[in-house]
Amino acid sequence: MSADSSTSQEIANPAVDGSELIRFDKVVKRYGSNTVLDELDFSVASGKHVTLIGPSGSGKTTILRLLMTLVKPDEGTIGVGDRYLTHEERGGRLVPAGEKHVREVRKNIGMVFQQFNLFPNMKVLRNVTEAPVSVLGLSKDEAEARARELLDLVGLGDRCDAYPSQLSGGQQQRVAIARALAMRPQVLLLDEVTSALDPELVAGVLDVLRDIAHTTDITMLCVTHEMSFARDISDQVLMFDAGRVIESGPPEQIFTEPEHERTREFLGAVL
Amino acid sequence: MMSSEFLGNWFLPGLWITLQVTFLSAALAFVIAFPIGVLRTHRLWIVRFLAGAYFEIFRSTSSLVFMYWIAFTVPPVFNISFQPMFAGVLALGITYGAYASEIVRGALAAVPPAQREAGIALNFTPFQRLRRIELPQAWPEMIPPFNNLLIELLKGTSLVSLIAVADMTFAGDLLRLVTNDSAPIYTLLLVLYFVLAFVLTRGMRLLERHAKKRVGQAPEKTGLFGGVRATSSIDAVTGTGGAK
Repeated sequence: MSADSSTSQEIANPAVDGSELIRFDKVVKRYGSNTVLDELDFSVASGKHVTLIGPSGSGKTTILRLLMTLVKPDEGTIGVGDRYLTHEERGGRLVPAGEKHVREVRKNIGMVFQQFNLFPNMKVLRNVTEAPVSVLGLSKDEAEARARELLDLVGLGDRCDAYPSQLSGGQQQRVAIARALAMRPQVLLLDEVTSALDPELVAGVLDVLRDIAHTTDITMLCVTHEMSFARDISDQVLMFDAGRVIESGPPEQIFTEPEHERTREFLGAVL
Repeated sequence: MMSSEFLGNWFLPGLWITLQVTFLSAALAFVIAFPIGVLRTHRLWIVRFLAGAYFEIFRSTSSLVFMYWIAFTVPPVFNISFQPMFAGVLALGITYGAYASEIVRGALAAVPPAQREAGIALNFTPFQRLRRIELPQAWPEMIPPFNNLLIELLKGTSLVSLIAVADMTFAGDLLRLVTNDSAPIYTLLLVLYFVLAFVLTRGMRLLERHAKKRVGQAPEKTGLFGGVRATSSIDAVTGTGGAK
């Protein structure tokens, strides 16, 4: 069975299996004349941990940015749960989604960035409580209790009153993870979350993520160059090249006996 | 001769008028600058266009002529009357509000795009992003250019003397007419404007240090005359305040 057909088969019947949480349907994304994603079809089942691997420029990060609505697709649709993220129905027709619809669907999605992107104007605790209070409408006490729990979980319960600039990169990234989890997303997008960290800080962040992957039912979509981490937490690995999924399967298979020549080359270069 | 009687009757009230015109115009400019500056980054082109038109029109007009226009053209045409000082404050506030809107726009544009993206990822509304994330981070960056503008405005208030508002320049002119003693009068005026500007600058520096502390940036140590400064301490790559 070729990897190509297995992926497109999953897509052919997007609505059949209700457990599919994320669906990309013929998504095209271009930057100028450069086509980053080329009629991409793929789906992720609820609760699964999916890792996207592939050479840089293959469109992995673009997938996460599309899902976070940081960029818009040029063609195709993206669905989350039983709704479209990019479109809404109006008068029986699919039209590009308005801000209100986008916010409604987007509340299921959280993201951790390569550069952390903590708010430098807020202390650690407030970084974690701000969105639950002003977006979800939690009371301040409720949000703070939950934030302290999450900060404990990532090992930073004692740094609530620090500003992000007073923390190391690894600590900032762990706060960013707590901040994303505080919104109780169904889907967590992880965009090369350890790439900007000093090598000795990587392990702490990955431990936190492993812990979350193994103890929650949150769906994870992860772009990473940490292959051992990918192998550890993934249910499925997707190999990207030139804007397409060229191979997908469980990590044991992809990492030990990849079918595609391009995957073999890539893994040979990074492992 | 500058008699102490004249100083008490004209110069001190003039100083008080200068301060009033400065602060009222600054307040008006400030109130105008934020909406105009923010709307100039709006996603709808028509909103950007209208806010941009305000900026272009009032940046490009002469405050003095505009002041004359308000003081001498508006009352007969609309059959209303007001104090000359009102015309002066209105003209200065509207003109300097246009300049200040450019500072607001620039400081907002300098907030790293990654901060906006983090706000989207947490599902903030555009207004919440502006209010909670972008403006608080842009604010400390606005203060030094606001200070420059405030000094310009202070000096610009001397224009109101030309529409018969009795500010300290007006008092100086009057005294010169009476005594013909130009040198001490205008020297005193120069020194007074300098002292006022200096006091304002120190106040703005305090405000800046306070603002930076509130957004987690280490405030710079400054002495009484510490005027030389780095222009930005927000790290463009990570979007975090660099500890200095």
